[in-house]
Amino acid sequence: MHPAYSVILFTTASGAGYGLLALLGLTGANHGSASDFWFGAASMLVALGLITVGLLSSTFHLGHPERAWRAFSQWRSSWLSREGVLAVATYVPACLFGLLWVMPDSNEILLKLLGTVTAILAMVTVVCTAMIYASLPTIRAWRHWMVVPVYLIFSIATGAALLFALASVFGRTGIPALGIITIVALTLAAVAKLIYWAGIDNMKPMYTMGDATGLGGDVRQWELPHTSENYIQSEMGFRVARKHGQKLRMIVGGCLVAAMVLVWLAFAFGGGAGPVLAVLAVVLAGVGAVVERWLFFAQAKHVVSLFYGEQSV
Amino acid sequence: MTTLPDTTRPGQKKLGLVIDLDTCVGCQACAVSCKEWNTQGYSAPLTDLEPYGPDPSGAWLNRIHGYETGEGDNARGLHFPRSCLHCETPACVTVCPTGASYKREEDGIVLVNPDTCIGCKLCSWACPYGAREYDQDDGVMKKCTLCVDRIYNENLEPEDRKPACVKACPTGARHFGDLGDENSGVSQLVKSRGGFELLPQMDYKPVNRYLPPRARRDKAGDVEAAPLETVGKGDGSLAERVFSWIDEVLS
Ligand code: SF4
Ligand code: SF4
Ligand code: SF4
Repeated sequence: MHPAYSVILFTTASGAGYGLLALLGLTGANHGSASDFWFGAASMLVALGLITVGLLSSTFHLGHPERAWRAFSQWRSSWLSREGVLAVATYVPACLFGLLWVMPDSNEILLKLLGTVTAILAMVTVVCTAMIYASLPTIRAWRHWMVVPVYLIFSIATGAALLFALASVFGRTGIPALGIITIVALTLAAVAKLIYWAGIDNMKPMYTMGDATGLGGDVRQWELPHTSENYIQSEMGFRVARKHGQKLRMIVGGCLVAAMVLVWLAFAFGGGAGPVLAVLAVVLAGVGAVVERWLFFAQAKHVVSLFYGEQSV
Repeated sequence: MTTLPDTTRPGQKKLGLVIDLDTCVGCQACAVSCKEWNTQGYSAPLTDLEPYGPDPSGAWLNRIHGYETGEGDNARGLHFPRSCLHCETPACVTVCPTGASYKREEDGIVLVNPDTCIGCKLCSWACPYGAREYDQDDGVMKKCTLCVDRIYNENLEPEDRKPACVKACPTGARHFGDLGDENSGVSQLVKSRGGFELLPQMDYKPVNRYLPPRARRDKAGDVEAAPLETVGKGDGSLAERVFSWIDEVLS
């Protein structure tokens, strides 16, 4: 599948934003008001900012962005529509929660309620994003059972790295739970990806060119229907060489491990370098997530490629 | 509405095409007439970008592939037209977030509403058959309309109320009709020729059918014919010798 940059940016940026938002919601639900107004305000702005940038970038690849509002109508059948509805719905409790959370001594029950609802909606939105892909019968690599967990865990891992960095920048170092959550989430992200890659590499081909054309047996393509590349080929026929695929997978793994080490260093020896290390960890986790998402598209084969000379999918 | 209509009722109309892989000669007449009709019809325009440049591209609703099957003496080439199969349970409809992609209840035709499509392209990802092409210039998805603006068009003569591609095919390899009615011409044709659907394993339940190439005949049939006469009578007469001398000189 062709990796469109707007979609990669959307899923990674909004994923990190929703992860951060969920963690903030849970923090507020469990610990009451933010300990510091500026830390609270900055965290909420980063979370909602990333989500908003992501949502806007997802409309860039539309043929008619001005009609985007129509996408809220088909939630009964379409995961893309559900994602749109939930993305917008999440703003309501999120904004209320944010306002309440940054104020000192807010009502704890209200915070608990709004924080929990915000965290749940944020995660359900990420599940909807993943389901857009996981529900397509035409792309087997996306039907893998790890697709939804990977989207969730990358959202939480990048969100946690962000929260850790924000806390460090605002002088809130030495919160053991936060450091541990970040390192565990980044580890889980790497493990989840390894399971997914092993899974798609070991998939046995399901359909052949003979199946697709109904001609059976060995079918060869001797003439294309057109003289230059068409939409189907450029959108669905994208291929990445196996060699490059392996290298890029190593980059994803390397970024995640390096981010983990940096978080650990910042946590253990923090001091003045703490915030710098923590911000670097966010950058590395972000690069890892973007490359991971790029590969998610580039290494997925579409059934239609059978009509264009691919022998099996 | 992108939820699918119930098409399981008895007597449900299922309009579609039956394509004969035996007689299709790959002349592209159907593709060209489809483009010609639809660039001014329901899906208009069907944009071509840089049509005369070095790298032309554009939206077409019908494409004709060339495939080869079999080995050695049994190898054969064939042409394979590919357009929307107007599936009964297609994910291209259910994934659409706007309701622009829909299946008509009355005849099963799958259409895109060009006024509400946002051009998210998700439906083209959901189609296993590559039947949807995005129009870059128009910003909406295009697909075969089963010539919905011809088949019910009272401004056309009754014999012209058929899809443009069916009318254009010089070998009669494309047939149009109601595949929901088992007594219809197309249903009978499918039955007699062993018509099949593409990728039934995917469970999209295509309505269109393909007729397989007929079995190959390796030899020409035996035709009774009298043996050719030899020159002369072979009796060594003068006339015989003169003729064989002339034959030698000339050959
Ligand atoms: S052939 Fe493709 S576009 Fe046509 S109805 Fe089936 S899935 Fe949809
Ligand atoms: S491209 Fe148009 S028709 Fe296709 S899913 Fe998107 S909005 Fe629906
Ligand atoms: S039925 Fe009409 S729109 Fe469909 S392939 Fe034929 S000519 Fe094109």
